[in-house]
Amino acid sequence: MSQNKLVILSGIIVGALSVLLIILGNPANMGICVACFIRDIAGGLGLHRAELVQYLRPEIPGFILGSFIVASLNGEFRARGGSAPLTRFLIGFFVMIGAMVFLGCPLRMVLRLSAGDLNALVAFIGFAAGIYYGLIFIKKGFTLGRSNKIEKVNGYIMPAFAIFLLILVLAAPKFIFFSAKGPGSMRAPFLISLAAGLIVGILAQRSRLCMAGGIRDIYLLKDFHLFSGFIAIFVTALILNLITGKFKLGFANQPIAHTMAIWNFLGMFLAGLGSTLLGGCPLRQCIMSGEGDTDAGIAFFGMLVGAAFAHNFGIAASPAGVSINGQIAVITGIIVLTAIALLNVEKD
Amino acid sequence: MEKSIDVRGLSCPLPVVQTKKALETLNNGDTLEVIVDNPTSIENISRFAKNAGYKVEKSESKGITVLKIYKY
Repeated sequence: MSQNKLVILSGIIVGALSVLLIILGNPANMGICVACFIRDIAGGLGLHRAELVQYLRPEIPGFILGSFIVASLNGEFRARGGSAPLTRFLIGFFVMIGAMVFLGCPLRMVLRLSAGDLNALVAFIGFAAGIYYGLIFIKKGFTLGRSNKIEKVNGYIMPAFAIFLLILVLAAPKFIFFSAKGPGSMRAPFLISLAAGLIVGILAQRSRLCMAGGIRDIYLLKDFHLFSGFIAIFVTALILNLITGKFKLGFANQPIAHTMAIWNFLGMFLAGLGSTLLGGCPLRQCIMSGEGDTDAGIAFFGMLVGAAFAHNFGIAASPAGVSINGQIAVITGIIVLTAIALLNVEKD
Repeated sequence: MEKSIDVRGLSCPLPVVQTKKALETLNNGDTLEVIVDNPTSIENISRFAKNAGYKVEKSESKGITVLKIYKY
């Protein structure tokens, strides 16, 4: 199958699985949300104590393991690392801050849009603007430096961590948290979540699906290849949302969403900027970490810690809106990432 | 004229961005050699170059993959 057909097929399946997961128990308009699910995992591990969002979501280990399995089978597993890992941790941290203020990762943004949530349209414009802004630095020579091949065992750390998370959610020891109420308590059955995660992981690894890349490549190269995957997710989820009665057009009273337009815009601006500097959106970081990319693995942990900070410091938004802490955090993120982008330029 | 660039280990979208920049400095009849190390870069660079009307050839020697892009 050509890459063109594969990316569209992947988008269709991701869109379909997202709606299916909601029908089977995941929160509304949140069949798959990489940022929210990493945040839920942070909660499940006790890294934050926001009681409504604690659950070791099996989808995330599914993405990592699906990618690991298919990359290993195809000879694409390559353990690599060393490209400014601490910086990538920080960028991942701020991508998550942006997502926690918007209340979704770029994939959830597309899914919310497909359910009629117009706040996600504002966010989409912010996301596209953040990517455009990040590209200014890339064109000026921004780079975090080369990653190098490293011993294979280092590339196994993320897949092993994924398995560890699955063991924890199944064994449910006392020190692991499970929300009894709120979005963390809304979950599809374990095996379905895991299977969906594995399928998405496999398809996203093979097709190189990336929400940020989709928009980035249009600006950079007038190339719509990755964006066609983005569109496929949107159209599939839109059709299924319409059929299942989950489509509601408007701004107000959307599930797990707020209407503060400036912060929906700026939250996703930050996520778009950070994703561009990292070389991929949060889903892509999960996938690359499964392929042996330890720099993506570090970005994942930056996102995990960012989610913990977001809830511990009152940064994360809620349907009621965005707190002053959240607003300060987003502006800080934009400033910090701008500094990182300006000062990591290789002169020719 | 033949030019060579090494994009191994670089994050998206740098391999394509550097390929694009290098091709802009070449004239018709020139060749650009791009040293790559991962399937995503190979696909992205090949797709970009083909869409821009160049001919692309992939070759491997001593464990190193090279894309040769011909500018007509």
